[in-house]
Amino acid sequence: MEYLQTQELTYSYHKEPPLTLALDGVTLGIGKGEFVALLGHNGCGKSTLAKQFNALILPSGGTVFVDSMDTKDQSLTFEIRRQVGLVQQNPDNQLVASVVEEDVAFGPENIGVPPGEIREQVDAALKAVGMYEYRTHAPHKLSGGQKQRVAIAGILAMQPACIVLDEPTAMLDPRGRREVLETVWKLNREKGITVVLITHYMEEAAQADRVVVMDRGKVLLDGTPRQVFSQVDLLKEHALDVPQATELMALLRREGCEVPNDVLTAEECTKVLEGLLGGTQTG
Amino acid sequence: MVRDITLGQFLPGDSLMHRLDPRAKLGLTLSVIVFIFVAGNFLGLAVMTGLVFLGMAVSGVSIGRYLKSLKVVLLVVLFTSLLNLFYGGGEVLWEWGFLRITWGGVSNSIFVAVRIIVLIFASSVLTFTTSPTQLTDALERLMKPLSLIRVPVHEIAMMMTIALRFIPTLLEETDKIMNAQKARGADMESGGILKRVKALVPVLVPLFVSSFRRAYELATAMECRCYRGGKGRTKMKILHMKARDYISCGVAAAAGAGVILLRIFITHPYL
Amino acid sequence: MKILEVKGVSYQYSPKTPFCKTALEDVSFSIEQGEWIGVIGHTGSGKSTLIQHLNGLLRPTSGTVLLHGKDIWENPKKIRSIRFQVGMVFQYPEYQLFEETVEKDIAFGPRNQKLSDSEIHDRVQAAAKFVGLSQEMLKKSPFELSGGEKRRAAIAGVIAMDPEVLILDEPTAGLDPMGRDLILSQLMEYHRERKNTVLVVSHSMEDIAATADRVLVLDQGNVVMFGEPAEVFSRGPELADMGLQVPQITQIMAKLRDKGYPVPAGVLTLQQAVQALLPLMKRQEGGKADG
Repeated sequence: MEYLQTQELTYSYHKEPPLTLALDGVTLGIGKGEFVALLGHNGCGKSTLAKQFNALILPSGGTVFVDSMDTKDQSLTFEIRRQVGLVQQNPDNQLVASVVEEDVAFGPENIGVPPGEIREQVDAALKAVGMYEYRTHAPHKLSGGQKQRVAIAGILAMQPACIVLDEPTAMLDPRGRREVLETVWKLNREKGITVVLITHYMEEAAQADRVVVMDRGKVLLDGTPRQVFSQVDLLKEHALDVPQATELMALLRREGCEVPNDVLTAEECTKVLEGLLGGTQTG
Repeated sequence: MVRDITLGQFLPGDSLMHRLDPRAKLGLTLSVIVFIFVAGNFLGLAVMTGLVFLGMAVSGVSIGRYLKSLKVVLLVVLFTSLLNLFYGGGEVLWEWGFLRITWGGVSNSIFVAVRIIVLIFASSVLTFTTSPTQLTDALERLMKPLSLIRVPVHEIAMMMTIALRFIPTLLEETDKIMNAQKARGADMESGGILKRVKALVPVLVPLFVSSFRRAYELATAMECRCYRGGKGRTKMKILHMKARDYISCGVAAAAGAGVILLRIFITHPYL
Repeated sequence: MKILEVKGVSYQYSPKTPFCKTALEDVSFSIEQGEWIGVIGHTGSGKSTLIQHLNGLLRPTSGTVLLHGKDIWENPKKIRSIRFQVGMVFQYPEYQLFEETVEKDIAFGPRNQKLSDSEIHDRVQAAAKFVGLSQEMLKKSPFELSGGEKRRAAIAGVIAMDPEVLILDEPTAGLDPMGRDLILSQLMEYHRERKNTVLVVSHSMEDIAATADRVLVLDQGNVVMFGEPAEVFSRGPELADMGLQVPQITQIMAKLRDKGYPVPAGVLTLQQAVQALLPLMKRQEGGKADG
């Protein structure tokens, strides 16, 4: 069993028929230390799945295991939430206190960590997200990217094994988006924290170890970014984006050019094109 | 720009006043306010004024700031002292129709004015040197015994904390919504009171709706961070009463005792 | 014909206080009737401040804003009429919905214009059509709609005022690709049919590249570039210095160009790239076959 494991997971927001299933038989395992991007358009069930991972909602059918703990066992809820932190979209609505460091301390205080240790965990968390210098600031004066990093620190201070981020960059400008993503990457690489990143930005997903695409409550595609994004037509059919580099290759292939279908970045694409254009340089 | 709004009037600093335990400060301010009212004569008031001035001196905040804090209440001061001017007995100084100014009135009027001004100064010392968060914290701890009689002390403090956190956010949002409705031709600047109140509907409805959305998301975020009420919670910052806190309480107690003694033994009408 | 002119506009927040902050500095440019302008610049570059000057929500500290050659602040009491001529859709406009029904909410602007009931009805219908809201949705409470529908209802509320200039601040922020494409195509249809002027502020360079006639670049309260997308996006390194990116396809083609391949500068869309690349590839293949 993987660190996060769902088995035939179904979920409906309605208690009575007609049951529209937000999740419809999802079996998915996410290993410790993995960086998984979760894609899909609005209403495909990805946020619902995210909330299953820390027992905010419980399965209507099937099971969810977090580190072999069944989320339906209410005596384990607390430990599950400590292990799996959830960061939401709107950074404004997840900060509780009006001083950055006191907000970050909120989680450890709830767990009942002794005061001296809270201080250490808070300082370490703030340093890990690069917000230590702002520890005495008021959250409402920070930029969106900074607020979101404080929110991540608030989760980090609980010393989780996994962070689930539900469109953490949707409301941010490009700079804020970069800040947040770099932070998440660092936590994954340096601290081995398992990351589940829900996003609409394909560039963000292209960097992940693994991409899972959801559609109508089911897993549509699951594989490495190269495997997933090479399915340009299928993704477009489900109103999802692919990186422009990947799409260019698909368009050229349609015109009869022999180009690989698993190109993701601008650099790779340029290299492929150079190979094709060979000696047509003018200067 | 609304973004610049800071709640209360807290001025960050490192003065003796800033470093006092917020519980001690809150207690001190409350007792100073009580004793200002207890002071029944000029001498007693002078003692309290001296004490408040001492507090202002060690707060590291410029006198200009304190004077500015009077601006809001200036009208109240003028009005009440004007009213008091015509009360009281004693030697008549000036008379016109039913209006009469006496020595007693003059003394009353000065007494009331000084009393209000010193009250404002005293509370300013507290708000200038204590952050709203520290105040909430102090309140929670001072009220702790009340939880024995089932007062939800932790919940009240949590509510205050969240309110402090979200007031600036909601102000900013109000500003945005107002601009958006103005852009749709909403007229909020002209017309009578009724028209203006009506014009607020397009602002208040979205504000309420968004507050509920925020509350819902915040509740989710708090759950995610293992919140389950005050049970089993610890605190990162622990307050310790230090020597300076006990000494300042001592000084205040002495002043209070002085005020009471002066009130009992000095009965001269104009002192 | 010039519809909007900004002449030497400067703006300071909280002037004459220690918090004084210059948000715009001597900004001048003009917009032609019927253009689609993309406005880019990172957060804090003055974009929001600038667009709020165009419909008189902010008054310049110095300089003037002219609509049809007339200073919009000529008669400050009439500033409200400017807001009907220059419509503004703010960021996340769905948070401004307040009426009992979508229909009434869209009618809020026209009602403030003091139009007759039948005119209001026509305006609401036309606006709803542009953003693809059905009669059934018009009768619903705005709070029953989905996120994307709410966004479109809010945009309809501004379109219904029939403004000559429509300004949108990040109309697609936070939407998924499907919602984003829908709103963009509806706006482009609206622009094509009404032939009025549109200004779109966006962080998405791909969207700007695909839609705009001209791109206005703001940096630190100054207009630093204003030209056709191909021209602006061919200055990738300069944009990068301002914290802005060019579309990925433009980057790829620029790199090829740097290496000496005869591809045009400022390629903005995938179609353009394919058109530029195919003849070159054919030539290369032909060359190979010959040799």
